[in-house]
Amino acid sequence: MKKRYNLVAVLSTVVLVCCGALILGQKVNAAGEGKITGTVKLDGAAPHMKGIDMSKDPYCSKAHATDPAHLETYVVGASGGLENVVLYISDGLPASAATEASTVPVFDQKNCMYTPHVLALDTNQKFKVVTSDQTAHNIHPLPNPMINVGWNQSQPPGAPPVEKSWKNVEVIPVQCNIHPWMHGWFVVVKGPYATTDDKGSYTIENVPPGSYTVTAWQEAAGTQTQKVTVAAGASATADFSFKAK
Amino acid sequence: MRTRLRNWSLLLGAAAVLALPTASRAQLSTYDIETRIGAESHVGNITGHTKDAALPYRRYCVGCHGPLGDGNGENTPWMEPPMYQKPRDFQLGVFKCRSTPTGTLPTDQDLFDAITRGFDRSNMPQWNTLSKQERADLVAWVKHFSPRWATEKPGTPITIPPEPEVTPERIKAGRDVFAKVQCWKCHGVQGMANGPSASTLTDDLGRPIAPFNFTDGSRPKCGDTDRDIYRIFMTGLDGTPMPSFADNIKPDEAWDLVFYLRTFMSQHSKEKEMAKQLALKPVDPNAPVGQQ
Repeated sequence: MKKRYNLVAVLSTVVLVCCGALILGQKVNAAGEGKITGTVKLDGAAPHMKGIDMSKDPYCSKAHATDPAHLETYVVGASGGLENVVLYISDGLPASAATEASTVPVFDQKNCMYTPHVLALDTNQKFKVVTSDQTAHNIHPLPNPMINVGWNQSQPPGAPPVEKSWKNVEVIPVQCNIHPWMHGWFVVVKGPYATTDDKGSYTIENVPPGSYTVTAWQEAAGTQTQKVTVAAGASATADFSFKAK
Repeated sequence: MRTRLRNWSLLLGAAAVLALPTASRAQLSTYDIETRIGAESHVGNITGHTKDAALPYRRYCVGCHGPLGDGNGENTPWMEPPMYQKPRDFQLGVFKCRSTPTGTLPTDQDLFDAITRGFDRSNMPQWNTLSKQERADLVAWVKHFSPRWATEKPGTPITIPPEPEVTPERIKAGRDVFAKVQCWKCHGVQGMANGPSASTLTDDLGRPIAPFNFTDGSRPKCGDTDRDIYRIFMTGLDGTPMPSFADNIKPDEAWDLVFYLRTFMSQHSKEKEMAKQLALKPVDPNAPVGQQ
């Protein structure tokens, strides 16, 4: 009888302590969030990006009269830094930590090109599509209909912003049917993310301490992964190098 | 023992090889689709049942739309876009002719009307010869191919204000809308489907597709009444390059545009008579925005 009583007491204490640790533990994590930072470079010479013939729309070709437009499959900075690479945590992030970002990023149609070329998003994160052009566009993302639901809206000159979000993780190509050279991407991920700038640098903020797999996605060169460990309040580094395909 | 193993391996290998030609590009299996065999449709006061549509589908539809509803019927290889669009892949749950906003499911009435009306200048005939009950059952059958109906409600049909009287002022105003939202980029300034962007259009599956030619006697695929045309550009044709203009055209302006579009069409209409008297010039694509 006494033995069983002791066992129950011990077990209850253990359970209570564990629950307490879990609850308190989460609070501690929020205070000690760290970062993952690094640089993504292109290994080798930057591939030649074809020029774009915009003559079918005089507004577009005029906008690029002094600064011709090129395809943006690889955008390489001065020291080999690769722009438009999306970095996100593909493994190790507890479900509780994957709170969706609350900023509303803007995807612009400017001089008949998409700015930014790649927009990284959280699932269910609101974003706005705007047009800065005096020529009509239509904003037409092409998700896999089994994963996300697509739509197609016109954006003539002066059109109001289109505000949307995506439910599920997916890499979604975006196009304009009126200007077939316009190509962009919505990269929908779960959890914190970052996109490299023109130097190829990135910082993923708000990462709770732990061990993770970071994935780097580039639209043509594919994906690469690295394992990192983030200590409380500290910064872990993950550099990547892609070979042009 | 060894001989038995060899015989079984040969049998299985043969079965696998024989199964290859039947492997389709469809993403959902019969097993998955059959879980939705209880799907119903509600059209007016008729309830359609998936179970009752199995035989009519086999008789009338499977040749084009395929046994898995993915548009890969026996006849499909002979349909060459852009002249003849391929049959719809019902598994995707994406439909052109809707009364609901872009990115939402059509209503059962929309699907019923599509089956009844058929699609002009395509291989989809008018099925108004089937009974209303049969058509309603087939609507349920069409729905059971896609898992979207299990988790999503159809969109809310757009509000269409009552149609006003056609007047020359409205036709002129419609021309201004046509210029403002730049329909001519694809449809051409006289609606002849020869706009600067027409030749490079592709649908959501990457197949070449042509914009509607208003002038060659074609009827719009999603209906040829004024209300149908209103709906077409105010909901967009999902799966195609044709977007929704709901955010950019006000309801009253939309009726003006419908009247102007009628002046392109070869069918005789009040609008064509008035346009002749107005002697309206086509929109000038090179004129700056807002100066027509």
